[in-house]
Amino acid sequence: MSRIGVITFPGSLDDVDAARAVRLAGGEPVELWHAEHDLRGVDAVVVPGGFSYGDYLRAGAIASLAPIMSEVLAAAGAGMPVLGICNGFQILCEAGLLPGALVRNAGLHFLCRDQRLLVESSATAWTTGYPAGTEIVVPIKHAEGRFVADADTLARLEGEGRVVFRYAGDNPNGSLSAIAGISSADGRVVGLMPHPEHAIEPLTGPTTDGLAMFRSVVEAAAAA
Amino acid sequence: MARVVVDVMPKPEILDPQGQAVAGALGRLGIAGVADVRQGKHFELEVDDAVDDETLHRIAGQLLANPVIEDWTVTRTP
Repeated sequence: MSRIGVITFPGSLDDVDAARAVRLAGGEPVELWHAEHDLRGVDAVVVPGGFSYGDYLRAGAIASLAPIMSEVLAAAGAGMPVLGICNGFQILCEAGLLPGALVRNAGLHFLCRDQRLLVESSATAWTTGYPAGTEIVVPIKHAEGRFVADADTLARLEGEGRVVFRYAGDNPNGSLSAIAGISSADGRVVGLMPHPEHAIEPLTGPTTDGLAMFRSVVEAAAAA
Repeated sequence: MARVVVDVMPKPEILDPQGQAVAGALGRLGIAGVADVRQGKHFELEVDDAVDDETLHRIAGQLLANPVIEDWTVTRTP
């Protein structure tokens, strides 16, 4: 069975939800601790949402230097799938695994709502389960989700098909080009502000649209 | 020991909604004439004299500021 690691930092909130999503997708969630240098032989890693280190300095800045992150960087360099959700996306940007940065929402408000998203790429490790162009609905909940990058970086992301998720309808936070999620050049590392792990069961989520993200990696790892 | 000040500001092209909110609140205080406010961070470091300028800029550029969105200055104070 595919083993998918979920990192817990001080201040992580959604690590348990991410582990549950892995389980419902048919994988075995493996708890990983921020202070260790051990990925426990996992096939992929989820960096979950929350407020690691209380968002001190900048969201994700301190967590990006945690001991476990040097292992994540090395594993990602060797092609291991890594998914950063919300604070996890912020951490991956601060760690340099993904380009750009996430800053305060244009409207300053903390946003918490169900959000329509366009899945623009099926070519990443985490989105093979979605036909490109699929529209999904998953929750967003963040105050610092406005994606920014310089013009060259933006052109590269768009030109290489690395904009994986785009907000459909209103742009909720003022993100550049309504970008909700991006991938690394090799498509193995994906970060997004919305929360697929909160859209995995009819009882607790608006949809079950998020489950396919976890299934994409669980099934690929099981087949390998 | 030396005191070093690192000031970090959002790059000019980065929208600063916090600064805008502060500017808006000034109007509610009855203060006119403030055209714009931008909000940044001010760090005061007590460092060993042996720490060179290159190291100080590493500290600023790799942790205190995010070069994607922020500019910084490093000043040694007497």
